[in-house]
Amino acid sequence: MNRLLFEKTGDAVYLSHLDLMRLFQRAFKRAGVMVWHTQGFSPRAYVSIALPLSVGVESRCELLDFSVEDGTVDIKTLPERLNATMPDGVRVLRAYESERKIRYLTQLEAKITLEYDCGLPDGAQRAIAALFDRPELKLIKRTKRGEAEVDIKPMIFRMELRRASSQELELKCLVSAQNPGLNPQLLVAAIETQLPEFAPDFARIERIEVYEEDGTVFR
Amino acid sequence: MTDRLHRILQNVQKPARYTGGEYNQVVKDKKDVDVRVAFCFPDTYEIGMSNIGMRILYGVMNELPGVWCERVFAPWGDMEAAMRENKIPLYALESHDPVKDFDMIAFTLGYEMCYTNVLNMLRLSDVPLLASERDGLQNIVFAGGVCAVNPEPLADFVDFFSLGEGEEITKEILECYRTAKQAGLSKHEFLLSVSKIDGVYVPSFYEHSYHPDGTLAAITPLHGAPERVKKRVIEDMDHAYYPEKTIVPSTEIVHDRSNLEVFRGCIRGCRFCQAGFCYRPVREKSADVLYRQAVQALEDSGNSEITMASLSTSDYTQLEQLANGLLDYCAPRKINLSLPSLRADNFSRELMMKVQKVRKSGLTFAPEAGTQRLRDAINKNVTEQEILDTCATAFSGGWNSVKLYFMLGLPTETDEDVIGIAELTHKIIKTWHETASSKKRGLMINLATAYFVPKPFTPFQWEKQITPEEYLRRVHLLQEHLRSRNVDYRYHESDLSRLEAVLARGDRRLGKVLREAVNRGARLDGWDEYFNYQIWLDAFAACGVEPDFYTVRGFGEDEILPWQTISVGVSDAFFRREREKAYRSQTTPDCRSQCAGCGASTLCKGGVCHEPASV
Repeated sequence: MNRLLFEKTGDAVYLSHLDLMRLFQRAFKRAGVMVWHTQGFSPRAYVSIALPLSVGVESRCELLDFSVEDGTVDIKTLPERLNATMPDGVRVLRAYESERKIRYLTQLEAKITLEYDCGLPDGAQRAIAALFDRPELKLIKRTKRGEAEVDIKPMIFRMELRRASSQELELKCLVSAQNPGLNPQLLVAAIETQLPEFAPDFARIERIEVYEEDGTVFR
Repeated sequence: MTDRLHRILQNVQKPARYTGGEYNQVVKDKKDVDVRVAFCFPDTYEIGMSNIGMRILYGVMNELPGVWCERVFAPWGDMEAAMRENKIPLYALESHDPVKDFDMIAFTLGYEMCYTNVLNMLRLSDVPLLASERDGLQNIVFAGGVCAVNPEPLADFVDFFSLGEGEEITKEILECYRTAKQAGLSKHEFLLSVSKIDGVYVPSFYEHSYHPDGTLAAITPLHGAPERVKKRVIEDMDHAYYPEKTIVPSTEIVHDRSNLEVFRGCIRGCRFCQAGFCYRPVREKSADVLYRQAVQALEDSGNSEITMASLSTSDYTQLEQLANGLLDYCAPRKINLSLPSLRADNFSRELMMKVQKVRKSGLTFAPEAGTQRLRDAINKNVTEQEILDTCATAFSGGWNSVKLYFMLGLPTETDEDVIGIAELTHKIIKTWHETASSKKRGLMINLATAYFVPKPFTPFQWEKQITPEEYLRRVHLLQEHLRSRNVDYRYHESDLSRLEAVLARGDRRLGKVLREAVNRGARLDGWDEYFNYQIWLDAFAACGVEPDFYTVRGFGEDEILPWQTISVGVSDAFFRREREKAYRSQTTPDCRSQCAGCGASTLCKGGVCHEPASV
């Protein structure tokens, strides 16, 4: 299996998962790579992007798996060829062969910047730190089957909170990536629902890195 | 800290359409630029980016040194509300600079129901709506596109119109503007100068006066403006600009594919069809040029679909050669080739089978009328037998669904013609039973009827539109006669088609109605989610304008028409002759069989038409 490591930053964060798949299907064609096509009525170039990213979230560690029709591709020059025709914000960092299955990707590091337009409210940092220190943190999570109460605490492995500027708090966290995964947006939701007085005016989220169970970087 | 725009983008539907940044967008260094054009498409990104005209002119303008053309689209309702709330003015996608900062603001008008978007986009840009309220050379508003053939409803708002095909005239306009800007001319001086360009119509240089009964009494040219402004055409299509390298949207648009324009114009002369007359004469591109452009467009974009577009692609004289060449290129690369607007009369089984190799597309016919008599009257030269034969070919080739398009309210239409639609549909069902290679999945016929709008620059331009009540009666009559579960019948809303008729046939007095409607919240009228008929009725009432004057009244043949100042190259005498022939249900042969003397040959150098001589 061939794998791409790419980043999605700037205005590219507004592209949906489907948009991104279509974007790569075209980018491969532009780079002259004949990606394996699905069979059937409406053949499509098959690409698979691990852990779909929410719209609005930046990432420096996206992974895309693909295979090619005739079996070979000049993988060394591929990032350069793909990047030559990419839209703003999508950049391929590496292309390589990997047999490591996506299911071994278990942990996700994210950075959340909480923006307070009128300056950090007094006590915000302490209260938010205390919130994530609670032994249990139950949230109402909306799923396809309706609403369910979940305790997100077991899915948070590590949490660091620091004052980034007079208007920003930076929350760095290591959370469960899948089965079940914790969407970092839920951490913002936790602040908004549990500490409404410290709800930020805006939260910017960035996916930093993905890891395996033992803490090594997943590739 | 995240700026206001990027905060609101988190909370609107499909935010990717508001960012720009796509592959192949043009970004220039502002210090190398002295003419900035905000090219506004008065509908959403997904519609606008599907428009080949916009892609052509974007490329043409940006090829000019010192000119930077950027794109602007109408925001969807949620984005508009968020922009207003956060005081973010309408901006261009490439630079994110406000439209208000641009030298020129261009609109392309493809559909009458986008007029409120034109006004709303100016308002969102904080640019004064009325041309008379804008001083100086900043924010010169001009417009082109097929609706510009009757520019009068927008005459209050647009400084000048560019008529016909834009590849050459747009360059002349921009050059004229640059000279005016460098010379520090006043707006009036610039308009005088731009009005000298063939194909430019400056509405403020014409005075319209009316009779007490509301009909036009006179149109008086001022400042030496020409009596009639004739549209422009590109004669040599093989050497015309084609966007081989064009923006590839990062998010899904309506027609997400490469677009190959095989020819302009149409040889057919269907009497209801505005495009058929307005784009005359026919000018083809050669198959080898098209093949080269197709390959370049596909390789540069990475698109997995390409379409051969024109008003009637099966009339392309080199269709077989081009289709075969393209199929050989597309099939191994898993690229889908689509052939829209194939006519029933020369659709070949062979071509259908070949196209099917990659992906099977739908089968669509537009007989437009249900009986041969009425099809003859509208000069839709297709016979029932041809339709049934083509269907038989398709059904035996495995097709099991057909789309059928008709119009209700065509001149001379009777109940017999309406019922004829149902009869033709039933004959198609019978044909399927007799010929289908596989009956497992059943037959699906999607039948749609439109409410006929008599358009300017057609032989039916003087005709009345039937009343909405009569239209709905005919819809119900047709429904009563459709007795098959295989048929899904849809009909156009009468309200929208009535308004379309008013705006297509309207005069300058509609300017205040448009302004009133926009003030009352009208925009995105082409979208069911936003179209609100009551707003329009209120706006007509508030302005004392009677819509029926433009629809069910009809125009007298000796009446001055609002669009009389414009010429598409086809003579008034020809339109009158064609109207008479329609009443006699007499057909006119296509341009390739016999020249009907429409006058469009005067648009070409030496007055020689490309048809039928070149064939």
